Amino acid sequence: MGTLIVCKDLSKIYRLGDVEVPALRGVNLEIQRGEFVAVMGASGSGKSTLMNILGCLDTPTTGSYWLDGSDVARAGQDELAEIRNRRIGFVFQNFNLIPRTSALENAQLPLFYRGMPLREQRAGAAAALARVGLSGRGDHYPAQLSGGQQQRVAIARALVSSPSILLADEPTGNLDTESSQDIMEVLQRLNQEDGITIILVTHETDIAAYASREILMKDGQIVRDRARASAHSGRASAGLVKP
Amino acid sequence: MNAFILLTVLTAFRILGRNRLRAGLTMLGIIIGVGAVIALVSIGHGARAAVSAQVASMGTNVIIVLPGATTVGGVRGGQGGAVTLTVSDGLDLKKKIPLLSETAWAKRDVMQIVYGNRNWNGPVNGISPGYLTIRDWSYGSGGPITQADLDSAARVALVGQTVVENLFEAGEEPVGSTIRIKNVPFRVIGVLAPKGQSAQGSDQDDIIFIPFSTAERKVLGTLFLGSVGALFATTDRPEDLPEAVEAIREALRARHRLQTDQPDDFTIRTQVDIGKVQEGTSQTLTIMMFAVASISLLVGGIGIMNILLVSVTERTREIGVRMAVGAKRRHILIQFLIEAMTLSLVGGLFGIILGILGARATTVIAGWPTIISPESILAAFFFSLAIGLFFGLYPANKASRLNPIEALRWE
Repeated sequence: MGTLIVCKDLSKIYRLGDVEVPALRGVNLEIQRGEFVAVMGASGSGKSTLMNILGCLDTPTTGSYWLDGSDVARAGQDELAEIRNRRIGFVFQNFNLIPRTSALENAQLPLFYRGMPLREQRAGAAAALARVGLSGRGDHYPAQLSGGQQQRVAIARALVSSPSILLADEPTGNLDTESSQDIMEVLQRLNQEDGITIILVTHETDIAAYASREILMKDGQIVRDRARASAHSGRASAGLVKP
Repeated sequence: MNAFILLTVLTAFRILGRNRLRAGLTMLGIIIGVGAVIALVSIGHGARAAVSAQVASMGTNVIIVLPGATTVGGVRGGQGGAVTLTVSDGLDLKKKIPLLSETAWAKRDVMQIVYGNRNWNGPVNGISPGYLTIRDWSYGSGGPITQADLDSAARVALVGQTVVENLFEAGEEPVGSTIRIKNVPFRVIGVLAPKGQSAQGSDQDDIIFIPFSTAERKVLGTLFLGSVGALFATTDRPEDLPEAVEAIREALRARHRLQTDQPDDFTIRTQVDIGKVQEGTSQTLTIMMFAVASISLLVGGIGIMNILLVSVTERTREIGVRMAVGAKRRHILIQFLIEAMTLSLVGGLFGIILGILGARATTVIAGWPTIISPESILAAFFFSLAIGLFFGLYPANKASRLNPIEALRWE
């Protein structure tokens, strides 16, 4: 499958006035293509910082980060934007859809910044919405959609650019149990059927149970890293998208 | 990039349409500023056009030579204070200065004119035929005074509109009737087309023309034959005026045998001198109104900057999302600049409409002439665009410098 992410000795230190606050302290991590990794840990454990660095929203203070064979730890702002645009898909806890903008337009946003012709943007976004079971809802506004549907639009937005990794930061944090299951099944299906690498941040064990590998963080370090049998394998085939 | 710009413009219009009240209030400064500029410029243009029409109504390119300003024993006479110009001066100028396309002479006095049982006191001008050409008079009815009339000292007269109104019954045809000036009967051979007020405010239509020879022999009298009240000359092209004026000065000084240390015994005036004063006045007006308009445009620009800063704060999370999915700093910068320019441009367009309506209203209500110039509309358009760009720069830059992580966390 090949190695997708290699992090060596990552550290991140925030400066608050004169005080130095270490958020990451020497994180070593390797993630293979096609893995479904759950990152767990209490708040303040450094998991958000790790996600920001993995998502190329931030750069480490020291250490190296190889994504898909290229060193991105020292990339400039525009370069990082380019990487986020083409290789990374984000799914956030609070969906972060642009309000009063249709589902289709939300989903086409990464292609919009890629400078694609409008027709191709539309087609790509429509296909992505179809993959998460929202075909025909393209002209709905976020306010007209349920929480679960909004999160699916967000997943479609993350998928539209065919990224190397999908980063999901507490994707079910704002959802009820049923919608949570729904979203997790979408993610699992994308991982299992389409081979998309997913890194999931959560503090709920039953959500982490969808992943095939679990990383536990504490005080800016990885304290446990273990493979696990996905508790929900097989359920994804129950399918959300009716052909 | 083109799809990006297009969609960003569309989005900007959508955002503007969503907050109509807010956008309207934001644009108010620009609307009023641009409206004021358009309206005031058109009033200014109208006024200037009216002034030049008045100046032109006296005839274009006219050079007037007035006798006078002689010094006798240290006492200087004023303009017209002495009889120093003659018919032969006029004839000689025409002969010697090829630049002059026409010369003429005239003398005038206010006299009583009688028709039937009515009378009127008006300025009676004895003229040579060229005068009518130089002053650009045309005829409501009848025809001009000719050289033949001059040669024979014919008792014929042209009357102005004001004279007609005061001597004749309404609807009565003056041409062919006989009027008496200083008890001398004159046949009316033409009525002059009205010219209205002169630039100085005098009624140009209160006038009677009779042949110069008739005037000096039978009506106005003279100290010696051939003395004139004023000489008139004209050139084909306005740019030749200064040269013609100098040529006339030299020719007259030579004819009058003036030594180099002696002052001119005549005064030369041109329409340009008269027009300049008017021009100066309207220029002052223009500068003043531009100052006023600039202030309101400045206020409008600050309004746009303010609302954009609010918008950047409100939409911090949206900016974070856009950055997360791959928007570069310049994408965010351009997006907010386009929003600023959309605001200012739409404001500018409303301002242009307001200005045109304002100019129309001024014409209808106050009766002032206004001319809406396409240049001022074009200038207003680009100026409002520039205001959007200038005042949008700070908020847009602020937006583009947001840290995506912090922006995404913004509540």
